[in-house]
Amino acid sequence: MVDALLHVAGLCKRFGGIVATDDVTFEVPDGELHAIIGPNGAGKTTLIAQLSGQLTADTGRIRFAGGDITRVPAWRRSHLGLARSFQITSLFLDLSVLDNVALAVQAHAGHSFRFWRNARLETGLRQAARDALEAVGLGHRAEARASLLSHGEHRLLELAIALAGKPRMLLLDEPMAGLGPDESARMVEMLASLKRRYTILLVEHDMEAVFALADRITVLVYGRVIANGAPDAIRADAQVRDAYLGEDADV
Amino acid sequence: MTGALTLRNLTIAALVLVLALLPLYVALTGDRFMLTLFTRIVILAMAAVSLNLILGYAGLMSFGHAAYLGIGGYTVAILCFEGVTSAFVQWPAALATSALFALIVGALSLRTRGVYFIMITLAFAQMAYYLASGTARYGGDDGLSLESRSGFAGLINLSNKTTFYYVCLVLLFASIVLVWRLTNSRFGLVLQGVRSNEARMRAIGFPTFRYKLAGFVIAGTMCGLAGALIANHTDFVSPAMMFWTRSGDLIVMVVLGGMGTLFGPVFGALALLFLEQFLPAAISAVVHPFDPASAARAGEFWQIVLGPLLLVVVLFARGGIDGLLGALSDRIQRARKGGHG
Repeated sequence: MVDALLHVAGLCKRFGGIVATDDVTFEVPDGELHAIIGPNGAGKTTLIAQLSGQLTADTGRIRFAGGDITRVPAWRRSHLGLARSFQITSLFLDLSVLDNVALAVQAHAGHSFRFWRNARLETGLRQAARDALEAVGLGHRAEARASLLSHGEHRLLELAIALAGKPRMLLLDEPMAGLGPDESARMVEMLASLKRRYTILLVEHDMEAVFALADRITVLVYGRVIANGAPDAIRADAQVRDAYLGEDADV
Repeated sequence: MTGALTLRNLTIAALVLVLALLPLYVALTGDRFMLTLFTRIVILAMAAVSLNLILGYAGLMSFGHAAYLGIGGYTVAILCFEGVTSAFVQWPAALATSALFALIVGALSLRTRGVYFIMITLAFAQMAYYLASGTARYGGDDGLSLESRSGFAGLINLSNKTTFYYVCLVLLFASIVLVWRLTNSRFGLVLQGVRSNEARMRAIGFPTFRYKLAGFVIAGTMCGLAGALIANHTDFVSPAMMFWTRSGDLIVMVVLGGMGTLFGPVFGALALLFLEQFLPAAISAVVHPFDPASAARAGEFWQIVLGPLLLVVVLFARGGIDGLLGALSDRIQRARKGGHG
């Protein structure tokens, strides 16, 4: 498919003797929600880090929106429309919740070599940030210090920051990590509402959520793709059940 | 900065008032020494304010900031030695050489982080120190005296100690206003984002290196101006003003006063220089009743008191003096609210 938004071809990454990503190839068409699943240590986060640019692949190619981004630095990928969230919450804890999101807006509103005017009074930045917070249901926490939020609120703030840059594609690294059942359910609802509006690559351990949301699923084991297909096909795949889902997997 | 009438804001207002009215006190009492001491405090406070921009707000642990004091000072002294005494040439030249030095140091050091960043900034400062030591024409180790202070075409006479004090004070306030505007601007929020989480800053789309470099150059340039003032204050420059312990002093001022706070570095400079000035005599006075013979020498060990004091600040008052004032303000406000409720 030529018109897929994201193409990953033959991606490899080693750390010393460990092969974290082993010849990974897949693509994500525009508007699709593509899930990546696999046991712990399968290289899912390493893969996301290569797609968003924190890590550089040893070999292989990444194409996004028609351009080769394999060697493009992380900040520029963000400007091309790739936004990621982090599995381990990565926020600006000593700034306010609104500042956290406003920074993401500011990153995409021209350069920041503006030295005099009070950025906290720029209504354009502030309003866009408030909108992103409202979208994830955190509007009432805007003025709080980010460090004072609960874990569940941190996960939502992660998402708001990713959304604030108006990306074309979201790379979500375990948005449900550490959430209770109620919070998880709300996050699934949230992701369902984002589906189609954004192209999404979702790494997630919560199988119920993955099979409910995904259009396609790629299964990684030891950095290698062992299966790739629609949810029903993955569920039926003997190799996947064997390697990952387990004999009595009830999905 | 809120306009509320808190203990912290009152203390800051009192500080500004004391600094502004100090020459009046000197005129009334004839205590010229206080004017000299406070001129020094004001100049070093300005250097600390500039370091705070990168150390406090951007989290960049520069261990070579005294180099800019020396570079600014030497630029003025060398131009004076070569016959150029106009401040309209000397001071812009001091700013330009400091900015250039900061650009070079920053371009190399800001690609690294942690211990490596500290080491590179330290290494460059030591290079400046040895360069000054080795340049025989400009005095080498012995330093270089200024024949005359920077001239303002007869408009301002820096040889008048009161006038000079006010020039320094105005420049200190100007640098505080600059840092205040900077830290609330888009640029300043980027620096604070870098301090908080640089990896995330890059992930959301900021090319962080160029912003850090700009901050580094602004801070170095501000400190270069403080260096030009120091040269005029002491009528003398020497390599010692760039020695690494002087960079350490500036860090102590920022940490003691409160990193990433607007007036913290001013409190820090005031506290450190007061301790340096008056602690020796205080120690001697305490030791004297027990051992009169060694009382005078005991004063030389004033840093034995400074060390534990710093330890207490780092362990129990992370926000430094400004943080303590803030905590006290909050406590008073709570107590008041409790009283009314």
